[in-house]
Parts: sequence; structure tokens; C-alpha cells
Amino acid sequence: MYTLIAIAGLGIICLIAEIFNLRKAIIPVTILGLLGTLGLTAADFGKVNSFYNNMIITDSYSAAYSSLFIILTIFLVALSGSFHKEHKAKISDFIAIKLFLLTGAIAMVSFGNMAMFFLGIEILSISLYVLAASQPKDLKSNEAGMKYFLMGAFASGFILFGIALIYGATGSFDTHTIYGALLENGSNVPQWFFIGVVMLSVGLLFKIAAVPFHFWAPDVYQGSPALTTATMSTLAKVAAMAAFFKLMISINRTVPGSYITIISIISILSMTVGNLTALVQTNVKRMLAFSGISHAGFMLMVFFNPRFTAGTLLYYTAAYSLAGIAAFAVLLAVCGSKGDEEVYRFNGFGKRNPLMAGILTCSLLSMAGIPIFAGFFAKFFLFNQVISSGHIAIVIIAIVNSIISVGYYFKLILAMYTKDDISEKESIPVAYTIVAVLSIVLNIALGLFPSYVVGIL
Amino acid sequence: MDISFVLIILLFGAAATYFVGDKWASKAALIFSTAAFAATIYITYLFIEGIEPVSFIKVWVEDPKIMLAFEADGLSLTMLLLTTALTPIIILSSFRNTIKNSRAFYALIMFMAFAMAGTFISVDGFVYYIFWELSLLPIYFIALIWGNGDYESRKKAVIKFFIYTFAGSLFMLAAFIFLYQRTGSFLTINLYKAFLTSNEQFFIFLAFFLAYAIKIPIIPFHTWQANVYQKSPTAGTMLLSGIMLKMAIYSIIRWQLPIAPKPAAELMYVFVGLCIAGVIYGSILALKQTDLKKLLAYSSLAHVGLIAAGAYSITLDGLRGAVLQMIAHGFGVVGLFYAAEIISRRYNTGEISEMGGIRSQTPKFTSMFLILVLASVALPATFNFVGEFELLYSMAQTNIWFAVIAGTTIILGAFYMLRMFQQVMLGEQNTKPFADVTFGEGFVFVTIITVLIVFGLYPKPIVDFITPDLQAILVIINRN
Repeated sequence: MYTLIAIAGLGIICLIAEIFNLRKAIIPVTILGLLGTLGLTAADFGKVNSFYNNMIITDSYSAAYSSLFIILTIFLVALSGSFHKEHKAKISDFIAIKLFLLTGAIAMVSFGNMAMFFLGIEILSISLYVLAASQPKDLKSNEAGMKYFLMGAFASGFILFGIALIYGATGSFDTHTIYGALLENGSNVPQWFFIGVVMLSVGLLFKIAAVPFHFWAPDVYQGSPALTTATMSTLAKVAAMAAFFKLMISINRTVPGSYITIISIISILSMTVGNLTALVQTNVKRMLAFSGISHAGFMLMVFFNPRFTAGTLLYYTAAYSLAGIAAFAVLLAVCGSKGDEEVYRFNGFGKRNPLMAGILTCSLLSMAGIPIFAGFFAKFFLFNQVISSGHIAIVIIAIVNSIISVGYYFKLILAMYTKDDISEKESIPVAYTIVAVLSIVLNIALGLFPSYVVGIL
Repeated sequence: MDISFVLIILLFGAAATYFVGDKWASKAALIFSTAAFAATIYITYLFIEGIEPVSFIKVWVEDPKIMLAFEADGLSLTMLLLTTALTPIIILSSFRNTIKNSRAFYALIMFMAFAMAGTFISVDGFVYYIFWELSLLPIYFIALIWGNGDYESRKKAVIKFFIYTFAGSLFMLAAFIFLYQRTGSFLTINLYKAFLTSNEQFFIFLAFFLAYAIKIPIIPFHTWQANVYQKSPTAGTMLLSGIMLKMAIYSIIRWQLPIAPKPAAELMYVFVGLCIAGVIYGSILALKQTDLKKLLAYSSLAHVGLIAAGAYSITLDGLRGAVLQMIAHGFGVVGLFYAAEIISRRYNTGEISEMGGIRSQTPKFTSMFLILVLASVALPATFNFVGEFELLYSMAQTNIWFAVIAGTTIILGAFYMLRMFQQVMLGEQNTKPFADVTFGEGFVFVTIITVLIVFGLYPKPIVDFITPDLQAILVIINRN
């Protein structure tokens, strides 16, 4: 709760700093403030508190995810300074919106009430719409913002309708009451409860860009400014997935079989379509968008055994998003804020800048699931859980998909190390290097000491 | 001092090699790899004399239970010795080449040695898998960045190799996870005791087989091999053929057969048959090659086919022959590829037709090359003869026709190897000058030849060292 207030306050301070002409201080102050709230959040770990009539409930789950979101935001804020250096005047807006986005994300994992959940999702989404369209003179950015807004608003409609139906069936927005009503009535729950759950799921599957609700993702990822794409593919995706999981376990502890069937079909489709389409992409942002779709498919597998997979999902999302941040930091370093993120821009990057190229290699290897990077352990823990719940077939499909994914991840690695240099050595802002190094170090640390994360939930 | 010390030296050596810079990288790598070899010998001494325990066990991850467990027995120590002995030789063999960004090159070789050493001594399936996969990364970059030939075709060959092997090993990972669900442990001692139905054993056997058959390679999974051997820099080819494929054969003995013995026994003819088919196929293709490195690659395919056949025959002679021949082949093939490298470096070509008439200019090189060729065709008094003999004997125990068919390939092998030698070395004196071996080159050859001949004449120490462990493994395999 204090986390939420602190971060919202920090966002407002950012906006005020603009008035007093303290633009230079914004980024350092924000990072310090976020580090402070990180401590505050971590201190909440292991306690269950509820606020405002159960509107907000903080527990280990919310504390762990909030910490992850704050770390991701610190990285994203640190990247902003150099990324927006041509729009220095607007820096306070960019940072403030990112902070509001973070409050939305935190609300999405610490809700105790459907209304709060919806508020969280909307705060996050609206911030993203703004960020996607934040280069008003760029046609593609406008297109991305518009597309994302229209589709996202539609998905929000679905979510809202779903919540309304659930309210109709159980008479409450409160997740505990809904859970209690389900226990009490058993199989006598009105049919529209299930319709509501399905509509909610559709909305959330849209947010995490799972097939067949993924059509917005490639265009929006490609059109948005690169830093916004980084935000969408790491923070926003992870937040939506965490919220989805929390929602499902808080209103319904055992997932019915027919629902699992649907989820497994969507999971398989997401993995396969995402990977196969990623193979033919030549734009790196677009490729990462499709890779994100396939990762969403992997993450959905946690629903097979939801009582034991909270830690696995946390580990997977942390591994995926840290690798993503590192990859995007390098992408920003190579392509700058100008756009044109084609694969050929990376040609010869291994010679021009071995450190950054090495980091991108590591992060791609992590996403491909190669030991000792965290991505490998994430897949291992996931497969372990799924096999123990008896779904061996889907693990085989996931394995085949992992093999396919090597194809496109390595395309970038190949370009960096074997193609001839085409462009001048770019001067890379220090912030990009620091963020890239820190996030990949965290990723490898996760891989070396997996118990610290996977065991805490 | 325990066995993990070797891994630490190799890993630290990899980092040190990278950070000392391009000028000193090769020397640093040589020093650290030699130190690792010395440490391995010392640990072997400790192990044989029983002075102190050399195993290393520590819990790494609590849930699921993963242990950093490295254990020494005759089999794994033999393989570790092979790895750490060949690494300095391989490093030494690249000394004369000018290598761009050499610190990365040598650091990757050291890292690869680290990963392969880890594979040989891990007894926790999960840690073993991690080392197994880690060894794939350095060779991928070595072949890709420092390889020779046209970039596009090299890229294709290397990525194919990577995806093939990665695919195979992921199924092995699935098998390990499944075994973990059954036993609650990744340790060999527990996995050996796992109670599995024939059906489950069959699928686990297949999953392992996919990983190993691709790496060895056994036909029909061999299509990556010749191209990658040819396109890699010679050090990479040596790592691949000298050590890396031995990981797979070692794993058959250590993991596949004891964990899933039933299908191994029931389908023995199928797998031995596949391996023998590889022997013939490799020999026939070797006959037709015009590129020296490709010829050696296919001859290697034939030899390792026979080694794998011995392992799958599940007889003591087969297993022992496989281990002996792994060592012999490891040293021999490194020597042969080094000779090929020397020739092609001086003549700037890999085509056999453009060579010839080297003998009169280079008496030393010619005689050393000849000894290696003769060792490769298993002439008595070389180590290869001991191994090949045991392997053929094990074939005869399973089915006499296997021995007959595999035996004919020795004749084929003699034919294409000697014809190759004739075309490359003999004939009218070549107009192009060819310098005789330098001291460094000669040192590499003499080391390899010494090993091959000393153990060829007196293989008893190695045989005694590995036999008890192989017998123990056979007991586990035949437990039902």
C-alpha cells in the first residue's frame, strides 16, 4: 500500500520538478526514490495486510512482483535520459508516465477487489497508449498508439463485461467473497459466472498478446518508440501475466479441466505461431514482439498446476524480463531513438563493441533457454511442473518450439559476429551500458542461485 | 584437493586467458591447460593410492534437488585425463596460426575444456546436462567466427550443427525431468535404481539416443558432421572429434545403458546395426573424398561408429574396447587433423589433388604422418589396434556377422588412408617448397605418437584402471 502511495507521489514530484526547472535532477531523484520504495516493498514480504475494505491486499505474491516491477522500472527510467535527449523539455512527462504505469502494475498484483484490478489495468494501459504515441511527428508511432488504444479499449471492455457478469453471479467484487460464494454453491453457480471468467480471460490474453489475440503486438511494438516497446514487452507483459495468475488463483483455486484444455490450446498456438512468425522477421523489434508472444505461450503453462507454480511464474517472468531489458538496452545503443531496427544494423557489432554484443548474446541465449542463463532454469522449472501435472505432450511441443526459437535468436548473433561492419562505431551512452550490464548480471545471478527466487512463493 | 579443482583451474584459466590480452592469450591458455592436466594426474594419483577422497558434493538448488556432485572413478578419470591431456596439445597446435582476436579464441577453447571436463565427472544428471549444453556454445562460436571457407555455407553448416545438437539434448533434458519426477533425485545412484516400466524405459532410451546419436554421430543423424569438421578451424575440429564426441559415447556407458537397460538389451541388434551401418557408410564416403579434412571426417565417422557399436553391444569387451578406442581415436584424430592443417596451411588448399610429392622435402613430417596413418588403420603395436581388436571381439560375441562386416571396413580403411597418404605425400617432387616440421609442431606429433605406441605395447595400466568400473556398470545394466 505504501509502495503505491510512494510511487504515485514520486510521479507527481516529477511533474512538479518540471515547474521548478529541476529537469536534471528528475532521473537521479526518481531512481533513488524507486530504490527506497524497493526497500519498503521488500520489507512487506511475508506479511499479509489489507487496506480500504480489502480493496488492496498485500502479501508475499504482491511484494515479490512489486519488487520485480520496481527493478524493471528503475532500468527503464535509467534508459530514458539518453533516449529522450532530443526532447529534454518533456523528460518529466516521460518519467512521470512510467511511474504511473508502475502504480498500475503494482495495483494489478495487489488487488483484493475486482474494481481495483480494473483500475490497475486501465492505469497501466492508458500510460502505454500515451507512451506508444509519444512521438507525435512520427506516423508509425501515431499508428501504433491509435491501434493499441482501439484494440486495448476493446479488450478492457471485455474485462469490464466479464467483471460485471461475475458480479451478477456472485454479488460481489471482492475476491474473497467471490471465492467463498463459489465454495458455498459448488456446481450451482450461475452459468454467466463462467462466461464472465472467459471474457476476463480474453481481455487478459489480449494484454499478454497470446495467440489468437496477438495481432496488435507486432505492429504496435514496431511502431512505438524503442523504449516504449521495451516497456511493453517486459514490464507490461509481466504485469499482465502476474495479474492473470493472481486473478485465477484468488477467485478459483482449482482450475476446471475444460478451462485447462482451452489454455493449453492457446499456449501451444502462442508458442508455435509466435516462433514460426519470428523466424521470418527482419526487424528486430518485430522479432522480439513475436518472441514475446511465444514466451507468453510458455508462461501460460503455469495454469496446469496453479497451486504450485507461483514461484515458477515469478522466476520465469523475472528471467524473461531481465533478458528483455538487457536486449533492449543494446538495441537502443545500436539503433538510437531514430527507428530503423533492421537486423543489418547489428552487422559487425561484435567487432565494434564486444561488451554490448556479448550482453545481447547472453540475453538472447537466456531467452533461447541455454544454460547457465536464467531463461534455461525458467524453462526447466516450468517443464518440471508441467510434467509433474501429467502434461508430457505439451512439454514435447514446448521443446520443439525451443529448438525453433534458436533459429531466430541466432540470426541476430550471427549478424553481430560474422557479417562485415557497415556502420561507424556508435558512441554509446553510459546509461545504456550500465543498464545492460546490471540486468544481464542479475539474469546470470538468477541462473546461478535459482533457489532464492523460485522458492520464495 | 578434490576433483572440482580441475574445473576451477579450467574456468579460471578461461577468464585469465581473456583478460591477459591478445599477445599473451595463447601462452596463458597453454599454462592453465597444462596446470589442469597436472592437477588431473595428481588427483588420479590420490584416487589410485586412496590417500584422500577426491569427490565433491554440495547442494546447489534445494527444490528441485540439484547437487553439484562430481565423482571420480576409473572411467570418468580416464576421460578427464583424455580431455586435459588433449587440450594443451590442441592449444599448442594453433600456436603458429595468426588468429584475429586470439584472446577470445583461446578463452573459448579453455571454456570448452571446462564444460567437457564437467560433463565427464558430473554424477548429477542436471549438472551433467548443463555442462553438456555449455560445451556447445564455445564450439559454435569457434567454428563460426574463426572457421574457414565461404561465410554463407559455413554459417549454414554451423547453425545446422547447433540446432541438431540442441534439439537432441533438449529431449534428454525432458527425460531427466521425467526421471526426477520418478525418483526425486538427479544422482546416478538413485537414477540407476529407478523402477521404470519397459515402455518408459523405451522412451527414455530414445530421448538419450537422440542426444547421443546426433553428437557421435550415428547415421542417420550424421549430416552435420563432415561440413562442420571441414569448415571449423583445425582447433575446433580437434575439439569436436577428439573430445566432444567422446562425451556422447561416455554418456552411453554412464547414463543411457544403466538407466534404461531393457530396451538396450532388446533392441541391441538395431542399435549395433545402425552403428555398423555408419562404419560402412563412413568408409565408403571416405573413399570418394577429394578434400583432405573431409576424408578424415568421414574416416572418423567410420571409427566412432565402431566405438558406439561396441558400447551398445553391452559386453565387457565392447565397453572396454570403446573406452580404449576413445582414447586412441582421440589422440590419433587430433594428430591426423594437425597433419592436415600443416599441409593445407603451407599449400593453402584442402584439395588432395593439389598436393603430392611432399615426402622428399620433409623426412620428419612424412614419417610422423605415416605413423599416425598406420595407427589410424589399427596396425598392431599401436593403441588403436588394442581398442579395435576388443571392439571387433565384442562384435563377434554378439553376432559373428557384425564382426565380419565391421572387419571389412578395416580393409577399406587401410585402403583409403594409405591411398590418401600416397596421393598427399608421395609422387614426384612437388614444385612448391614445403618446410619440414618446426620444433613446436614436432613436439605435438611426438607426444601423440608416444602415447599411441606406449599404450599400444602396454595397455595394461589403462585396462586395469577402467575394468572394475565397467564391470560394476555391467552389473547394473544386467540387474533385471
